[in-house]
Order: sequence, then structure tokens, then C-alpha cells
Amino acid sequence: MIDLATLELDLINAIGGAATVAEVEAVRVAALGKTGTISGLLKGMGAMSPEERREQGPVINGLRDRVASALAAKKAELEAAELDARLAAEHVDLTLPARSRRKGGVHPTMQVMDEMIAVFAEMGFSVAEGPDIEDDFHNFTALNFPPKHPAREMHDTFFLRPDPETGERKVLRTHTSPVQVRTMMSQEPPIRIVAPGRTFRKDSDATHTPMFHQIEGLVIGRDIHMGHLKTTLKDFVARFFELDDVDARFRPHHFPFTEPSAEMDIRCDRSGGKLVLNEGDDWLEILGCGMVHPNVLRNCGIDPDQWQGFAFGMGVDRLAMLKYGVPDLRPMFEADVRWLAHYGFSAFAAPNLASGLS
Amino acid sequence: MKFSLSWLKDHLDTTATAAEVADAMTMAGLEVEEVHDPAAALAPFTVAKIVEAVQHPDADRLRVCQVETVDGLKEIVCGAPNARAGLTTIYAPIGAYVPGLGVTLVEKPVRGVVSNGMLCSASELQLADESDGIQELPPEVPVGTPVAKLFGAEPVIDFEVTPNRPDWLGVTGIVRDLAAAGVGTLKHFDIAVVRGGFPCPVSVRIEAPELCPVFAGRLIRGVKNGPSPEWLQRRLTSIGLRSINRLVDVTNLIAYDRARPLHVYDANKLVGSEIVVRGGQAACETGEPEHLIALDGKTYAASPADCVIADAGGERPIGLGGVMGGESTGCDDATVDVFVESAWFDPIATAQTGRSLGITSDAQYRFARGVDPASVVPGLELATRLILDLCGGEPSEIVLAGEAPANPAPFPFDPAYVKRLSGLDLDDDRIGTILGQLGFLVTAGGAGQVERWTVTPPSWRRDVEGPADLVEEVARIHGYDHLPDTPLPDQGAPSRGVLNARQARVRIARRALAAMGYSEAVTWSFTRRDIAQLFGGGDERLVVDNPIASDLDCMRPSVLPNLIQAAARNAARGHGDVALFEIGPIYLGDGPGEQRTVIAGLISPRAARHWGGAGEDALFTLKGDLTALLEQIGAPVGAMQLAQGANRDWWHPGRSARLQLGPKTVIAEFGAVHPRVLKALDADGPMLAFEIVLDAVPEPKAKATKARGNADLPNLMPLTRDFAFVVEDGRAGGDLVRAVAGADKALITDVRVFDVYRGAGVPEGSKSIAIEVVIQPREATLTDADIEGLSGRIVAAAEKLGARLRS
Repeated sequence: MIDLATLELDLINAIGGAATVAEVEAVRVAALGKTGTISGLLKGMGAMSPEERREQGPVINGLRDRVASALAAKKAELEAAELDARLAAEHVDLTLPARSRRKGGVHPTMQVMDEMIAVFAEMGFSVAEGPDIEDDFHNFTALNFPPKHPAREMHDTFFLRPDPETGERKVLRTHTSPVQVRTMMSQEPPIRIVAPGRTFRKDSDATHTPMFHQIEGLVIGRDIHMGHLKTTLKDFVARFFELDDVDARFRPHHFPFTEPSAEMDIRCDRSGGKLVLNEGDDWLEILGCGMVHPNVLRNCGIDPDQWQGFAFGMGVDRLAMLKYGVPDLRPMFEADVRWLAHYGFSAFAAPNLASGLS
Repeated sequence: MKFSLSWLKDHLDTTATAAEVADAMTMAGLEVEEVHDPAAALAPFTVAKIVEAVQHPDADRLRVCQVETVDGLKEIVCGAPNARAGLTTIYAPIGAYVPGLGVTLVEKPVRGVVSNGMLCSASELQLADESDGIQELPPEVPVGTPVAKLFGAEPVIDFEVTPNRPDWLGVTGIVRDLAAAGVGTLKHFDIAVVRGGFPCPVSVRIEAPELCPVFAGRLIRGVKNGPSPEWLQRRLTSIGLRSINRLVDVTNLIAYDRARPLHVYDANKLVGSEIVVRGGQAACETGEPEHLIALDGKTYAASPADCVIADAGGERPIGLGGVMGGESTGCDDATVDVFVESAWFDPIATAQTGRSLGITSDAQYRFARGVDPASVVPGLELATRLILDLCGGEPSEIVLAGEAPANPAPFPFDPAYVKRLSGLDLDDDRIGTILGQLGFLVTAGGAGQVERWTVTPPSWRRDVEGPADLVEEVARIHGYDHLPDTPLPDQGAPSRGVLNARQARVRIARRALAAMGYSEAVTWSFTRRDIAQLFGGGDERLVVDNPIASDLDCMRPSVLPNLIQAAARNAARGHGDVALFEIGPIYLGDGPGEQRTVIAGLISPRAARHWGGAGEDALFTLKGDLTALLEQIGAPVGAMQLAQGANRDWWHPGRSARLQLGPKTVIAEFGAVHPRVLKALDADGPMLAFEIVLDAVPEPKAKATKARGNADLPNLMPLTRDFAFVVEDGRAGGDLVRAVAGADKALITDVRVFDVYRGAGVPEGSKSIAIEVVIQPREATLTDADIEGLSGRIVAAAEKLGARLRS
């Protein structure tokens, strides 16, 4: 008869001495495997008398349970140690840099264009577009520029080469007003549109580039008057600059295509080298506007006795500069990645009225 | 246009300051550019008297002066040779800024003697161009008198004249608007008739009435010319004009006072007794145009479109009409008999002459914009009066040829239109008063309707053509600050948004590309013509006739050259690795339908070395970006074919391809840019790019509802099987993928290439392409036999391309 106490002590020692999961397994097979010592004892219980079995059974089963749990505990301990060792070997230096990704962005002029369209959309304006290369009629004549009038000269127009057969010279549109003309000629009033796009003038200095962007607006209705113009534009400018209100003034001005005509200024303070709106004694010119000239309506097939309305136009690049403190116009079109990274906008900052424009 | 405050007050009874006048001008539509107040700069300077002047102990040329000043007796060191006891001169205290020197005075010793201020010359105060020593003033001028007062320095207002208001080019025109706006009361500026004592010996013949319809003149004999009196000199110099002599100064004065240009001829230099007004002539034999030496000393060639004033029976040109007189008949101090011209020259012709000959003058500027045709004779009378006052002499009768253009015609006006158009609620009296003050003739009851008015614009307001113009007059004089606040009728935001499908796609593309790491650029619509030619453009019709610069002389046929040049510029600044995009126009022709919107992207792959080794092949990154972008904008990517070898010649022939919906609908080209093109653009390669023609991307069909179809979410696990096929080297991998995918369109959901191998085990001239096929069971789990059958179909499909299953 095996001394169970010795057997248990031997097995527990063997388990304790196992250094690997495999050694634990060897002990398990020797004790609890098919031909293992404890398995042999359990098998031997079948030959015992009921009294003997009643006495030995709990002893042998107890032995088996203690050895089994010691084996399990040892195995778990060794597995944990092995995992620790493996993980320790898997150490990487996370201070090393990740592969760099290019950071893209949206150009400020385009961002501001989206901002403006978001505001005008809310006011019920839709977006109209037209070609950059225009004819004299759409860019000038329809807009009440008399032929050879000095106002045409003031536009510094770019001309394409004259057509060899007709002699006609196409122009690069000097404003997006031809889109207004095309809209009025193709659409029945009432009309409420904005026309954003590229415009061209032969001018180049710190505040002028030969190409720039304008957004113009046109509202035609039965009884639209200058009061509507004033309120619409004040609302727009306030929302665009994300102000509760703007201290604006409207100054008489002259444009061939509007009558009466005006320019809109906002009170501002530039004394600190920074532009602060609604404060100070200075005025910042923001846009030109006016009531659509009856001749323009007539040229576009609209009866000025039945319909009237207002139009306005502003420089998108310039307003982007004013809003976001861009000091110089020319880098806008130079695609310097350093400049784009500094003044550009996140792809995910799509202007909307829920989160504020910017 | 400039004028001084005192000049204004000659015609306007007002107590307004320059600032108040400027504000009123601004709000009446006269755009003030600057209010220059020289008195401000002269404020520190006062009159002083030298009591004693002794030799400086240590400097031969310096004197130490005791000076009686507004600040008491001061010791001042002075280097001027005329610094002497008893001299009345100008004193500048310590702290004063001396404009002519550009320095602020500080107390410091001059060769050991402290100077407590400075004695000044006129030039140091910018009151004269040059000075000889310190200013010598009359002894009776009291010490302490402000220098500003002494020199009559006064505020000058400079403003921009809009092209519709030539009458603002004279002070009286400004005054009329200011009086209507309530700034003061108009002083009358009627002109008295000066009776001529004898018939004018010079006759006038107009041969070109289209250039000059009316010409008046008169001779004044026995005048004494010479320097103008001080008041006249000061008036002209205050606004930056030079005083020449009395006769010429009178013409300049009237040009600025009344917007009425005149010209004076020395009558004794005229050849013959007839002035002929005609177009420029060319010599019969040579065709050489006639030349004229103008008063600016330059020679001009007059064409038939230019108005020429001639004498000697019309043979000798003596002036460009409405622009500038000739040197040969100019007035100088020796002039005794003067012929004064007051005419009206056609605005468009005068503007054209200015442009074609590159000549401007105060007269040309005014005639080009339109001078009051009714001012021909009154202007001449006013000039006569002034010349008689300043130079004496005896005037002839007036000679008048031709006829002035008709005055503006009356038109009916309903005063209620003011409210309808401007929103300003004004009573008829106020409207009538404003129009009357501006010189409009208003009569009630016109066109057979009692309640309407008939309005006749004044002769100087040829810009006013109809009722809307009158509303502007009333509104601007009453004040735009009284405009009502009226919100637009609320239509709300359109419920379907305001962007059309194309505009919405542009928006998505912009933000998708920015998210993929591309920076948005906005570049010129123009490029250099030979560059345009490299990209399939440069058509004659798209050449800019008057480019801003010679390298921007053609409309671009592609955005790529601009992006390539931009990348090269960035590389030259040390930023070689860039990804740029631009969404903008390209121009295929000059018609309204020949502009396209493209989405162009460019990668200049110069990734920094990375410790983890090289990353993905940049060309395939670009292809992946392009595909993802097309998916984002809703292009039918699945239906597109990729065609290689058909790209246009600015692409690398072996490393570029295009995406198309059939050979005629090319959606995009992409790949590496041809090295020859890069070299021509002075850019280092490689550069990878794509250009999507947005207009070619079909718009998705409009759907009746926003609801989407049922989602396809199979319950069964997809499984994968790998195959390796050997194909000839020239066979496109994409062909194999497409063939395999087509073997069972229901079960195969994806075909992935995971290896392309050439070398041992694969025959020369062939390659092995290993693919993983993703199979999605639909109704039931696939049996071994099902999978075997599918594998057979896959191999059969591949074999049709000449591929063999690699054993």
C-alpha cells in the first residue's frame, strides 16, 4: 500500500519544482494520466469492500482534487510568466515616429465662399454660375455701360484676340454681373440668386491681382426697394463676420448698372494694427450695391414698370483676408504649401449655421 | 480733384470745418480720399525776431542769436548767413517736427553752445522748393504770429470723381451738392457779360463738328501778362498746381472753379486770321501723320480721330483740341494780344485721343468726362472779366462757330417713385426742393396727367436720363442713413438646398481631397502659351491680347501645368513633398459652352526616409485616392474602364492611364507626368497627377424618394480561396481580375491581387499573379462540390485570357 501522505508530498514537490508548462504536464500525466499513480489508486477503489471504500474514497478523492488544483494553479502561474516573458520580448520603442501623413486643407477663399453661400442659402438665395470668357454684351452693354464710356476703361479689361472673321473680341469677365444678365434672360422673376466665381482685371499690386473672386447677388421682385437692400446686406455682413449686428453706413456711389447706387462701409478701428469691427472712427468699405438700373432690366427682357430689385457685389478674397487676418492678397494664388498650411481650413470644418460659420 | 476750404467758401456760405465738409461730401456720394491740413504740420512754428547775433566762439559759420520768441528770449545757434540782429524770421521750439528736414528738434549743444530751438527757412517748412538762408519776414509781423496763418496754409480736400459727375470737377459743382445737402447757402455765381469793343479779328471755321460742335473765342488786345497776384498763385499752389502767368493761371482757375477748360493763344503768334477745327491729317504722298509740339514740349502725331486746332489756313496745327495747346502759340510774359478759346469737345473722341496719344491734361480729363455744353459762352465771359481785371486790355466781340449739343430733354416723373424705389417716405415738397436745389427744372403736370411732374435736368447733368436717376438724387441728398430697415419677404431656406448636383459634388470633392492630405490651391486661369501647347491648348482664340505678363498670355487647357509649377516652386523653397489640388475651370474654346470644371490633384512624392522602410508605391496611392474621390462624388466607379496606353502626350506613356465610360467619355486621366513636360516646366520629377473632368461624370438619376433599397447583409460567412495564374508578361493584371470576377457574379464579391512574381519557376516572358477570391454563399453553405465547381469556372475564365493555373 502506497503511503498517500508521501505520495502527495512528492507530487506537490514535483509540481512546485516544475519550471515549464511541459514539466507540469509531465507531473499531471504521472499522477492523473491513464496510468498515473492517483489514477491507479482511483481504479483500485473498485476492488475495495464497501467499508474500505467508504473510508478510503474521500481520502483518495481529496488527494486527487488537491493535486489537480495544484497542477492548475502552477500551470496558470507558469503561463502568466511565459506571457510576461513573451510580451517583454515584444517591446517596441514607441518614441519612434509614425509615418508622417500629409495634412491637407481647404483654401481660405473657397472656405469663405462656402461660408457666404451658407448664409445666403439660409436667406433663400440659390447659386448661379456662368462662363469666365464673356462677350461684350453680357459683360458691358447689357449692364448699361455706354460704348467707349470711361467706366469701361476703369475696368481694366483683359481681351482675347479678335476673331479673325468677325473682329469680335471676347473679354475675361471683369465681374460676375454677366451671370446676373444670363439669369435674368433665362429665368422669370421673382429672382433671388448669388453668383460666385472668378473675375479678371488687368491690375497687379499689393491689393490687386489679375484674377480674383467675386460673389454678386440679385433680388428681383414686385416691390423690392433700398430698405430691403440695406437690411439684407447688414444681416449678411453681420452673419458673415459672426457679429450680433453691424454698425454700417451706406454711401452714395456710381455704378452704371445700378441706380441708385451705394457702397456699404462698416465702422472699424485699425489703430492697434489689427482690424476691429463695430468700433473706432474709421470705415471699412465692404461692398458695392444698388437698385438694378431700369436699362439693365430692359436689356434683359424684364419690364422695369413691373419688376425692380437690388444687386450687390463683393470681393471674396478680400473679405477672406479681412475676416481671417490675411495680410497680403498675392500669396492667395501662389500655392505656397507653408502659406496654405497656415491659412487653410480643415476638411471637416464645412461652414454651417449649426456650429457657427467658422 | 482737389480744392481748398477757402475756395469752397468763396461759393458757399458756411461755418463747416474741413472735416464736416468731407463728411457731408462722403454722404452725398463724393468719395473723399484725403483731407490734407498743412496748418497742422505748421502748428509749432511761429514768427520770431533776432535781437542779437554774435559769432559762435568755436565755429566760423555759426552765429549765436538771442531771439525774441513766443516762448520768451531764447538762445539759438544758427548757421544761415542771413541770421542778423533785427531780422524777423521763423522760430521752431524744441520738440517741433521740421517737415523739410524730417527731424524732431532736441536740445543739444552745437559746438559747445546749447541751441534752444531753431530758426527756419521756407524750404525746411516745405513752403518753398528751395531757400537761401532763413526766412526773411516783414519787420512789422508781430512775434508769435502762427506761420500757418502767415502763409495762408489751409485744409485741402482731395476726392475721387465718379465718371458720371464731370460737374464735380469744378468747385461750383461741389458747392451745389453741398448746399442741397444742407451744409451752407449757395452764393450766387452768375457771370456778367463783358461787352466787346470791336469785331473779333480772328474767325473760326469748324470742319469736324463730330469732334468739336461748338467753338467760341475772342481777342483781348493790349494785355499785360506776368506773374499772377499772390491770391491767385496761392489758390493754385494750394491744390498742387503751378502758377505760370496771369493768362494761363486764369484758364486753370476757371477749369477748377467751373469745370470749364479754356485755352489762350498768343494772337500775335497766329499765322493768318482764321482758326480751323478739324481732324488730324496725313501727308498725301507719304501718309505720314502731321506732328504737333505741345505745351509739354513733346511731339504728338495726330490721326483723323484727334481734334486739331490749326491756323495758317488750316495748314499748321497749333493745338490738340480739348487736350493741349501747341508750343508755337503759347502765351508768355511778352504776350500783348491774347485769343481766348472756349469750346466743347466730344467726350468719347477726347478720351480716345488721351489714350491713343498717351496724353492727359486737366482739360482732357474734363472734356473726356463731359463739360457743361452751356458753359461755352459764360466761361469765355468769365475769363474775359478776370483777364481784364488782372492784365487790362480791350476785348473784342465774341466769335461763335457751330452749335452746342442739345440740353437734356425733359421727362415725366412720378414723385411716388421715390418711395417705391428707395423706400424713403418723403413728401412732394421735399422731393421738389432737392431737385430744384440741384438745378433741375420741375413742373407739375406732365404727359397729360395732372399728378405727375415733368423734370428737365440742368445742362451740366447729362448723366440723368430717367426717373431712377432722380430717385438717386433725392435719396443721396436726403441721406441714405434715413433708408428704412425692411427685411426681405421670408422665403426660408429652400427645402432642397440651393446647390445643384455639380456644385454639391465640387464641395464634396474639395473636402474629400483635403481629408486625404491634399492642400487646396487656387491658381491663375492663365498660363504661358507654349506651356498651354504642351497640354493640348494654346489655341489662337484663347490667347490674351493684353496679358498682365508675358508668361500669363493664354487661357489654361489644364490645371496641371499650374500645379506642376507650384510644386516646383515649393521644392525650390525646400518643400519637395507636396500634394496639391485645385478645382477650377479649364478652357477648351472661347464659347460659353467650352469651359469645363476639373478636379486636378498632384503629388510630388518626396517622402522623407522612414525607419520602417519605404511605404506604399506613390503611384498606387494616387490611384487609390482617385478611386476613393470618384466614389465620394458618386461617380459610377464600377462601370468605369481603365484604359492604359491611350493617354495624351503629357503623360508618361507607361505609367499613366485613364478612366472612361467608353472611349468617348473620358472621366479622368492619371499617372506620372511625362519627364519631357516636367523638364519644359523646369520641374524635377517624378510628379504624379490626376485630372477629372467633372462635367463628364454622369449625374446620378433623380430618385422619387430619399429611401434606400434593402441592404444586402448575408447571414453566411464569406470564404476565400487562393489561385496563382501564369500569364504572359504583357497581360494586364486588371484583365485577369475582371475575368475571374466575372466567373460567378453572384458568389464572387471581391478579387484581390496579393502577389505578382517573375523569376524561378515561372517561364521567361511570363509572370505569376496570385489572387484571393472572396466567395459569399447566398442561400446555403457551399459544399465541397459547389466550391470545386466554382474553382473550375474561375480557372476556365482565366484560361480564356491565356492564363494557366500555376502548379
